[in-house]
Amino acid sequence: MAEKNENVNRRQLLKKSCFGGCLVGLGGLAGFLSGRSRAGDTLWQIDPYKCIACGNCETHCVLENSAVKCVQVYELCGYCDYCPGFHEPTALALDTGAENELCPTGAIKRKFVSEPYFQYDIDEALCIACGKCVKGCAAFGNGSLFLQVRHDRCLNCNECSIAAACPSGAFTRVPSDKPYLLKKVDNA
Amino acid sequence: MRRLFYILIATAVLSALCVSASAEMRFPPPEFEGDYVMPTTTTPHPHPDIYEYVDVAVLAAALSLASYLTLKLRSRRAIFVLMMLSLIYFGYWRKGCVCPIGAIQNIILSIFDSTYTVPITVSLFFLLPLVFTLFFGRVFCAAVCPLGAIQDMVLVRPVSVPYWLAAGLRLLAYLYLTLAVLFAATGSAFLICRYDPFVAFFRLSGNVNMLIIGLCFLLVGLFVGRPYCRFFCPYGVILRQLSRLSKWRVTITPDECIQCRLCEEACPFGAIRRPAVEWPAVEYAKARRRIAFLILLIPVLIALCGWGGSLLKNVTSRMHPTVRLAERIYLEEAGEVEGVTDPSTAFRATGRTIEDLYDEASVIREKFVTAGWVLGGFMGLVIGLKLGAVSVWRKRTDYEADRAGCIACGRCFKYCPREHVRLEKNKQEIS
Repeated sequence: MAEKNENVNRRQLLKKSCFGGCLVGLGGLAGFLSGRSRAGDTLWQIDPYKCIACGNCETHCVLENSAVKCVQVYELCGYCDYCPGFHEPTALALDTGAENELCPTGAIKRKFVSEPYFQYDIDEALCIACGKCVKGCAAFGNGSLFLQVRHDRCLNCNECSIAAACPSGAFTRVPSDKPYLLKKVDNA
Repeated sequence: MRRLFYILIATAVLSALCVSASAEMRFPPPEFEGDYVMPTTTTPHPHPDIYEYVDVAVLAAALSLASYLTLKLRSRRAIFVLMMLSLIYFGYWRKGCVCPIGAIQNIILSIFDSTYTVPITVSLFFLLPLVFTLFFGRVFCAAVCPLGAIQDMVLVRPVSVPYWLAAGLRLLAYLYLTLAVLFAATGSAFLICRYDPFVAFFRLSGNVNMLIIGLCFLLVGLFVGRPYCRFFCPYGVILRQLSRLSKWRVTITPDECIQCRLCEEACPFGAIRRPAVEWPAVEYAKARRRIAFLILLIPVLIALCGWGGSLLKNVTSRMHPTVRLAERIYLEEAGEVEGVTDPSTAFRATGRTIEDLYDEASVIREKFVTAGWVLGGFMGLVIGLKLGAVSVWRKRTDYEADRAGCIACGRCFKYCPREHVRLEKNKQEIS
């Protein structure tokens, strides 16, 4: 009987030391993580200088209507009459006729400013992030149209499905206090 | 003439599909006269960070409440209500992200990639359930995890899974954890997030394949209690081990076991262990020899599985986008495939040399060899210990909840006559 008691005690001692070891381990992990932690959250964003407008943003977001949208940086825009982001390359006339527009959903709005300049705005409710305008603008324009994750829509998944499918590594995690990577005039 | 010009442009667009986004200012912005105001680009704000801290507070509160409900109040109904509330908050309100299960990968990545910083809220999400499990058992699984809740909700007609089958299937969870650690540590992918079967239900949108797999889990879950938790959940594997050591834990009976056997069939998760007497001497000697053999087998298993893991480098490293890209470029260069893919065109547009890419890819592949040895060895150890564990005989006098397998759901409480005595006593004390 005495031997049995000793057995039980030995097992309990082992268990207690394991328990203590786990506590110490968790504490150590917590200490390590506090060194590797950041106060704010991180969010997903597209580096516009790496983006190749492949169209995965349209199809790979977990949301039915992608959280990525096209944005327009007006400081970079040439306000062109013929806008390679707005017009079909084979457009018969430079107007807002649907047959002349590149955007499949008509999400770019063309507004007359002064001869011969036009302002181009994105209607985000219509934009599907297909990147057709981005390609056109990058190839023949100033590249003022580009894709960005819109944080009012983004669920901020731990692994972004679009990032996993991004062919050019343009998706990066950014700190939540600087959530956008907009193109700048000087390094356009 | 203009038509021709546009056609030329069209062909140029098609051929220059992958011109890198940075283009020089071809058309200088006009200087507008008059009262034209240039609009500014809108930048809608993300959720304020404070929401994340609220999540952590809710998690801590839910864990504390779950501990109280399982250990002190012992009410299945209250546990169920808390479980539903957690499902609504963490699942449907917060869209199931970030969860402690997925947080494993953030933690692992932050250990192996010094440039990656993990948000403090994610660290807390990972650590809090572990600490609670170490003290109170798997209360996180019982009433806080939304993935467990959605499966627990659909369990209508539990069938019992034989012990050997359950123990074998559980190896899948270890394998899943191992692979998740492998791909997170090498910065390849977050496997657990990619193959989360239920998150699509919480968001009510997502990948169709995962939706179908989730549906299959729920269909199986009608009969087999919590199939994902028991046989796949990588976080559950960690919680199981900590739960073995927990300071306090759920007991079937509030005070003493009277061997009435009423609780025998109560657990849909096969976590109730029957009393067992000691083996006869002949059996005992045989079992001792078997255990000795199994212990000697462990190093062999570790070496074998580690070797196997390192051999898998060509398969596993393909999960890393750089390795995938390098393989594709190699095939394109060798002329074995026709055409180009988006990643390969994007790579060629960057102007990096192919040798540079090959070097980077082979460094990454070497990492997979090392990781294959370590993690394969871990799998071997797990298999060895599991073989040992199913052969070990432990004397048990009462009906007990299995320390690792019990998820503290509280279903067995009402089966115990002693529990009814306790409730009766409580009622009398109150009146």
